[in-house]
Amino acid sequence: MDELLVPLLSTLGATLRVATPLILCAMAGLVSERSGVIDIGLEGKMLAAAFSAAAMAAVSGSAWAGLGAGILTAVMLSGVHGFACITHKGDQVVSGVAINILVSGLTIVLGMAWFQRGGQTPQLPPEARFMPVWLGHNLMVYFALGLVPLVAWVLGGTRFGLRLRAVGENPQAVDTAGISVEGLRYRAVLIGGVLTGIAGTYLAIAQNAGFSRDMSAGQGYIALAAMIFGKWRPWPTLGACLMFGLLDAVAIRLQGVAIAGIGEVPVQLVQALPYALTVILLAGFIGKAVAPRAIGVPYVKDRT
Amino acid sequence: MAALAAEPPAGIVPPAVSLIGIDKRFGAVHANRAVDLTIARGSIAGIVGENGAGKSTLMSILYGFYAADAGEIRIRGRPVSIRNSSDAIALGIGMVHQHFMLVDTFTVLENVMLGAEGGAVLAAGLRAGRATLERLERDYGLGVDPDALVGDLPVGAQQRVEILKALYRGAEILILDEPTGVLTPAETEQLFRILRTLKARGTTVILITHKLREIMAVTDRVVVMRAGAVVAERDTAATTIEELAELMVGRKVRLDFAIAPCRPGPVLLKAEHLRVRDGRGVVRLDEVSFELRAGEIVGVAGVSGNGQTELLEVLSGIRPLESGRLTVGDRVVTAEAPADPAAMRALGLAHVPEDRHRLGLVTAFAATESSVLGYQRDPAYVRGPFSDQPAMSRHCAGVMERYDVRPRDPKLRSAGFSGGNQQKLILGRELNREPKILLAGQPTRGLDIGAIEFVHRRLIERRDAGCAVLLVSVELEEILSLSDRILVMCGGRIAGQLDRAEADERKIGLLMAGAQGTAQAA
Amino acid sequence: MSARPAGLPRWVDVGLIPACNVALALGVAGLIVLAIGESPWRAIRIMVTGALGQGEAIGYTLYYATNYVFTGLAVAVAFHAGLFNIGGEGQAYIGGLGVGLAMLALDRLLPGWLLAPIGLALAALFGAAWAAIPAWLQAYRGSHIVITTIMFNFLAAALIVYLMVNVLIAPGSMAAESREFAPAARLPMMHEVLGMVGIKVGHTPLNLSIVIAVAAGIGVWLFLWHTPLGYELRAVGHSERAAVYAGIRSRRVVVASLCLSGALAGLAGLNEILGVHHRLFLNFVAGAGFTGIAVALMGRNHPIGVGLAALLFGALQQGGAELAFEIPSITREMVVVIQGLVILFSGALAYWLRPSFERLFARGSG
Repeated sequence: MDELLVPLLSTLGATLRVATPLILCAMAGLVSERSGVIDIGLEGKMLAAAFSAAAMAAVSGSAWAGLGAGILTAVMLSGVHGFACITHKGDQVVSGVAINILVSGLTIVLGMAWFQRGGQTPQLPPEARFMPVWLGHNLMVYFALGLVPLVAWVLGGTRFGLRLRAVGENPQAVDTAGISVEGLRYRAVLIGGVLTGIAGTYLAIAQNAGFSRDMSAGQGYIALAAMIFGKWRPWPTLGACLMFGLLDAVAIRLQGVAIAGIGEVPVQLVQALPYALTVILLAGFIGKAVAPRAIGVPYVKDRT
Repeated sequence: MAALAAEPPAGIVPPAVSLIGIDKRFGAVHANRAVDLTIARGSIAGIVGENGAGKSTLMSILYGFYAADAGEIRIRGRPVSIRNSSDAIALGIGMVHQHFMLVDTFTVLENVMLGAEGGAVLAAGLRAGRATLERLERDYGLGVDPDALVGDLPVGAQQRVEILKALYRGAEILILDEPTGVLTPAETEQLFRILRTLKARGTTVILITHKLREIMAVTDRVVVMRAGAVVAERDTAATTIEELAELMVGRKVRLDFAIAPCRPGPVLLKAEHLRVRDGRGVVRLDEVSFELRAGEIVGVAGVSGNGQTELLEVLSGIRPLESGRLTVGDRVVTAEAPADPAAMRALGLAHVPEDRHRLGLVTAFAATESSVLGYQRDPAYVRGPFSDQPAMSRHCAGVMERYDVRPRDPKLRSAGFSGGNQQKLILGRELNREPKILLAGQPTRGLDIGAIEFVHRRLIERRDAGCAVLLVSVELEEILSLSDRILVMCGGRIAGQLDRAEADERKIGLLMAGAQGTAQAA
Repeated sequence: MSARPAGLPRWVDVGLIPACNVALALGVAGLIVLAIGESPWRAIRIMVTGALGQGEAIGYTLYYATNYVFTGLAVAVAFHAGLFNIGGEGQAYIGGLGVGLAMLALDRLLPGWLLAPIGLALAALFGAAWAAIPAWLQAYRGSHIVITTIMFNFLAAALIVYLMVNVLIAPGSMAAESREFAPAARLPMMHEVLGMVGIKVGHTPLNLSIVIAVAAGIGVWLFLWHTPLGYELRAVGHSERAAVYAGIRSRRVVVASLCLSGALAGLAGLNEILGVHHRLFLNFVAGAGFTGIAVALMGRNHPIGVGLAALLFGALQQGGAELAFEIPSITREMVVVIQGLVILFSGALAYWLRPSFERLFARGSG
């Protein structure tokens, strides 16, 4: 019995560990995109937060200081995104790409300059990290799981959520109702910053014991994919994150293992599945993902 | 100043709205010139003027959408500053915009509550909101289900949701911007009944329109605007349509210029039982059959959104048929043998699209490039594998000369021309090739009188030269003055066909309302 | 609402404002250097001499610039069609794979003068094919091109890792590399070509690809502004509905333009595989696809601008290597930082300065 149960439980545990940053990032993207602002920059914000959190934790010896630094960094980058896309009506995709590329370089440049370890931050002692508190998982895992019902409730059951959804569908309706479109979108983007900040912190000082270059390794994009897969809705997005997390956990377990009748499954195939599935979903072959109507369009008052 | 003189003595009810010296510029456009305006409490006031006369801008200033460059606003006698829509709402001003400000994916209740949710958590507010909607329903009888998705509602009902939104916020002054453009005559009647109820209960209504008939039907007082300024104010009972029209345009209008009787030739286009479904599966055209002959103008009348756009798109090859048969020359188009716009053009069919700014030209292109849009592969503009730029430039210069496009600068970006000149450029492009068939959609929408006359003369000129013209317009006067025959569309069908001699506005209006008619329901 | 619509002189619009945007990006990069505790002026001096100081440095600069011309043109062509192709990285990767597969199959059978054009064709073909799928999905299935091209970057990486590790790895090799091609399968180096006409230059990776890059730039310019298909591509990019109304088959145009875009990106693979390394290995594109985005934005999607921006980024790449050598606390990734900043200021914040200049010129002209 244990032969089956132990690997199953450990796979589930691994799934949750891998899925946590995905959930945090996907919820960040969801809040931002439901307000009409595309968030390609999840990856970069998470990576930047991971670096800041690890650097701060290494210097201060405090995990909570690391968390603060991680959140602050990601929020600042969200502010840049908002400044470019909301205030100055810049292209949201271009801005996101800029953030991703900027961060992928800057974390290494600053890491080398400050720590001289090939872009890594110093190995952190347990006191400077978020260690498991219950059932082998740390606080952030539970925060991520609790976040999903919270986001669902905020979107569906609060004034802020109603306005947020409205501004992503028809910003003019919001403007003429006397509500600031820019204010709403800024709030959404900054909330996304907080959540990606937590995600990056998790990567660097909870899941790992320090920052290493490019450690986000495309997880921001997977989170984006999960959000699309979940059709911009919280619960289905959670499902997609868990599914992609499971795929990753399985990929690690399958490495070098031959399955009867099939033979060895290439790890790359399993790793590529989230991307392939998202492409297939977007193409409308399995259901249809309909984005918020005003997504990607800067709001300019029309002269009518 | 006149407005200061109008200041009421103490004890007398101050006017609902006073605008004093309102001035607004958009770049080079002087949209409002020192506008003075007073609207009495509990009255229905009309503001009329041509497109671009500054009516909408003035009301957008009152609603806080734009800030005036100069001037003062007084509400119920008190000077106020309205910096944004929420200021306006707080002052009891509501506005029903020309394009509805609704979220399609929300219910009526959610839409109405947006911005007035009554607390950070929705649940309690939703209950209270539902109760308020029920009360408003009893008072005004708007007939809207609070739980219906707005995207599923017909246009008339969506408009009533907009009115509900304003009433829900306690609006005492309600502005309606061109509210009837999208309504059938029956829906318009219903709207007017609602407006009278509102007035009876003390609400001040401001109606912006360019339709004089509606002004006469529902308003107490009327303000005429021209070129950004108020040119006249009248008691509705003391004026006539003719006087208002004259004031609006600034000179005698003469729409019925002499047209030689047409001499119809052979049938060039024949539509039989056309049927079209849109992407959502809704039937947009049904059982549409007619003939178009050389040397005649056939007008298509109807409230916009009753299949005219789809008809133009089918005839020009943009939209596929579901069933039916379209014959152009010796080419037969069916669902099985679909056409495309390039093929239709090759048959000598030219198309001036309804929405010229978005569909007629590429605004980012230089005039030269826009002047060959759709003909870029014509041998005249191609040399070997390359485009023949000099030939395009010569062509553009020629079109500009013949169709009086100003400024005569082929290198200017298409967006840099005024609406009328853009339209002349498009007309020139399409007519220059002497097409056998011309489809013209709303060819004079938004143009000034001079440009309208120019376009009308060109259409008649082509007709007399043997071209078959299909003219789609929501302007009844345009249809009546140009058409040799008139088709009236309603609900995607041809509700009736009239000859020039027998047609008048009343007959067409009845047909526009539909055979079984929402008219009875009203 | 701007005070003066279209009121800026052309030289301000296409010259001064873009220059200011780039200057801002470089200024922020300078601040980062300052924050690290080094002198920006010294850094610039080292980079300039490192990139342009001597013949070999110039050779390396041009070699890097070659890649950026290809990927920059790829992004620019797609932009003109209204599409944001973030997939240049993957398309270049797959383009290189195409060259590699062809050479591994044919290098011992065919002469060099035949192998080079075959390599060129396959680089373009593979790059185009990798772009064609997202293009088709966008045109006919309504997928968003940005998301699909991002996903295709990852799919390309996974595919090539799989092929390199399991199929193409040279027997007995520890690293995931293919065998080296036969000597016939390589593009002539520029120092060899110039040597034949009597000009002696140092040995650098610069190869015949740069000539192809220049030709591609001219070709793209001719195509976009002087052919009917280029006209249609721009019409679709500016206003798809207007194009459809004019009888342009916009879906085909979308697919064609993205295929052209992918083919151009694929040629960066040609430079790396057939021009320099003569074998397949992992990650040979090294971010050139993303650099192409910065190049296109900075070059305002015009081939001349793309060429100039590619030269700048080539110089940054080469100068950055020199800089990392001279000042170890500044790594080569500084170049990536500058790319990110250029995309931010020249792309996302492109309209930031416009109102200020409009006010300035409105006042200046009374």
